[in-house]
Amino acid sequence: MEIYGYQRKALHSDAISTLPLYRSAPPLDVRLEDFELFAIDRLRVLKGISDGLSRGKKPEEIDNLAKDLWKANMRHPEASEVVNKDIISHFVLRLVYCRTEDLRKWFLSMETALFRYRFRLESAEAQRALMAEFDLPYKAVSNSEFESMKDNLGQVARSIGQPLTPADTKFYTVPFEEVPELVAGRRVFVHKGHAYVAMNQVVSLVATQFRSHLSKALILTNRKWTSSIREQEKDRLTPIVEALCTSYLGPDYSEPREFAEISIRDIDQIAMSSFPLCMRHLFEKLREDHHLKHGGRMQLGLFLKGVGLKLDDALAFWKAEFSQKVGAERFDKEYAYSIRHNYGREGKRTDYTPFSCQKIISSTPGVGDHHGCPYRHFSEENLRAALGKMRVNSRAVEDVMDKVRNRHYQLACTLTFEAVHGTSCDAGINHPNQYFSESQKVVQSKVSI
Amino acid sequence: MTREEIGNGSEDMVIDECEPEGRERNSVPDEFNANYLKVYYGKLFPHADIFKWMSYGNDGKHPACDQSYFSRREFSYTLDNDIYLRYQSFNSASELENSIKEKCPFKIDIGPVYSVDPAKRHAYAQTGDNVFTPVERELVFDIDITDYDDVRYCCSGADVCLDCWPLMTVAIKVIDTSLRDDFGFNHILWVFSGRRGVHCWVCDGKARRLTNEQRASIAEYFRVYKGNENSLKMVSFTGLALHPFLARSYTEVLKDFFESKLLLSQKLFSAEERYEKILEMIPDESITSELRGKWQENKRSSISKEDTNVVRWQQLKHILQSGRLKAQGLRRCVEEIVFSFTYPRIDMEVSKHMNHLLKAPFCVHPKTGRVCVPIDPNCCEEFDPTAVPTLSKLLEEMNVGALRPDVDNAEWDRTSLGKSIRFFRSSFLQPLLKSCKEEIENSYNAKLQHSKNSMSW
Repeated sequence: MEIYGYQRKALHSDAISTLPLYRSAPPLDVRLEDFELFAIDRLRVLKGISDGLSRGKKPEEIDNLAKDLWKANMRHPEASEVVNKDIISHFVLRLVYCRTEDLRKWFLSMETALFRYRFRLESAEAQRALMAEFDLPYKAVSNSEFESMKDNLGQVARSIGQPLTPADTKFYTVPFEEVPELVAGRRVFVHKGHAYVAMNQVVSLVATQFRSHLSKALILTNRKWTSSIREQEKDRLTPIVEALCTSYLGPDYSEPREFAEISIRDIDQIAMSSFPLCMRHLFEKLREDHHLKHGGRMQLGLFLKGVGLKLDDALAFWKAEFSQKVGAERFDKEYAYSIRHNYGREGKRTDYTPFSCQKIISSTPGVGDHHGCPYRHFSEENLRAALGKMRVNSRAVEDVMDKVRNRHYQLACTLTFEAVHGTSCDAGINHPNQYFSESQKVVQSKVSI
Repeated sequence: MTREEIGNGSEDMVIDECEPEGRERNSVPDEFNANYLKVYYGKLFPHADIFKWMSYGNDGKHPACDQSYFSRREFSYTLDNDIYLRYQSFNSASELENSIKEKCPFKIDIGPVYSVDPAKRHAYAQTGDNVFTPVERELVFDIDITDYDDVRYCCSGADVCLDCWPLMTVAIKVIDTSLRDDFGFNHILWVFSGRRGVHCWVCDGKARRLTNEQRASIAEYFRVYKGNENSLKMVSFTGLALHPFLARSYTEVLKDFFESKLLLSQKLFSAEERYEKILEMIPDESITSELRGKWQENKRSSISKEDTNVVRWQQLKHILQSGRLKAQGLRRCVEEIVFSFTYPRIDMEVSKHMNHLLKAPFCVHPKTGRVCVPIDPNCCEEFDPTAVPTLSKLLEEMNVGALRPDVDNAEWDRTSLGKSIRFFRSSFLQPLLKSCKEEIENSYNAKLQHSKNSMSW
């Protein structure tokens, strides 16, 4: 797989199905941008499945979850590119998740769960073709053999609560040692060393093969990574790969959601009640200095967009402040463009997404900057003062400072939220817009009483 | 002989009518000790048979025989003073024999065949490419009657009697049938563990090469108990039918055993605490109180000639199987009760791991002195654990035999061990070795054919 600047060759697929087995890295050219973006999209799917599994959802629920996640994240504007995105994202994530035992285990489990769901959706023919690709030693049960086994097969089916329908006549025999899960659960009829596997159970067979193949591949990938790739790519792919597994993957607040759009009339009041400290600080500084440097403009500007401030209001808002310092003309000339750019109306027309806590915490504010995460970047004195202004009680301030000392900045912000609103926040803050929307929920509920 | 002489002459053995009763010249006090064991290992223990078994045909002259095979097998010894020696390995039959005779272990365990000679294991890593790891091991099962203590009233702990031993018989029948009919295995050896249980060795090539995961899946296939001391019901059948394996076990073995043997030998309904245990397994208050009522009043007057246990079981079955019951939890209640009492309880951990060590057949159990003899699954109902030859008895028999030297026969053939060794050879070892020989030759020929094919244009 070559990673470059521009063109892509389409993958010619002979398989009946569109379910790739990821046997080997395909001869595709990939744009550097897509390298990261495709991987992030796939990671959303895998993390969503992981979430579902850890909440104890049942297999049918996982199937639906996987379906929704795949549909939402793995699309591509060009239909012919959908399969490529699938394959490329898988191989990029192999690089990311091959590096430790824990990462490999996680990736294996999620990819296998995803594979199971997708396999189940395939047609019977496609499934058979896939089984053949795996070299599975299965044999179809002839009609006459089925007739002689019918009673036993029916009995097994009833014993697991899945009675056979007249349509269920397709069975396969496999050496029993190939299907340990089915044997262990007494979900198959076993006779003279052969297990009689129903079509719907074939998934289990195939998934085991998929998993074992991927497991071996990950070990090899890890070897290649450590021995050559990581060093070779240290200026290009390696930083992307290393950042990927810790990416923030929650809602990105690029579209404002349930609550009403805010207008510039309300903005001061809302800032006091519902902005997280980082944005409050920027907002106050903006009001004070009538100016913010680039980092601050990005952080606050995108946050406001996520909160529901429309482009026209945003332009008015920033102009009202900046023109007090630099004049209206200069604002139009030098700053308006970048606000429009943030909203996707200029240049590349990318609709930028508001920064997550992770991104904000890792930024590096310099002299004259006010962006970044106050819990990290403020001195203790300044932070205490800021918390005091937010009317956080002294007991809570101590708790927050304790978290800060241990570098748990997001936990510190969560504690602040809890102290200010008088409610608990179990999910933990990991995005400023999340702070805002949670805060608004509390505020609205108090209003409606 | 005067009285005084008899009284004083206890050291001298005099053979005449005045000899004290029960003392024969050849009798050996019933004990277990190192001296007896030495004689046993010297004259009776079938070293050569064990060697041939463990070689699985590789001790032959065929070019495909793996000369290193036997030496990669682990044996372990438990010595007199509880010293435990692991990773013992041997290069030949005589090395094995000499070592056993010399060390005189109280117990010999057999482990897996490793990738390299266990004696050389320190030169190899635990993970990576150059590994010391098990590569073959028989599929084994261990069934111990103490696991049934909650359902046997005649004995507990280490004791075993002819009333509860049949639970082992039943276990053998159920598992043996399944290993052959369901899993297709043929070379199966059942062995008395010497005191209170049985071991099973499945020796087919396919079985020896099973992975831990595959072994666990077979053990799970055999497992029925899902509860623990806190659950009221250990067995729960929720499907619309029983899996054919369970259904067959029930109709061919368990039902009849429960109704005609266990019910009576353990008197399962004869006392309130005993029948309460069974009533606990019925999730329906109205039924249990109806039965309880019947039995409490019946306590005093039993006019019927029929055994109480039989009568009460019939009453219970009648209510549970009468058509009017549709409740989910009751559908298979009768079967659940029968299974809880009679279905085999195997030790899962023993079967799941390739590196689990298991006692070798023909060892002598230190606590009972009994030899771990093979059991014929086809007539296991006849096996009597209380009549198994003990070490002292065998020595006695040898003494007797010494008076009538029969040069050609082996020592053991003149003792009750003879029967066991002959059975071991004819029913198990010979068919196994024949099959191994075929396997070795076939795979060799297949390889030759393959290389011929690949050399052709």
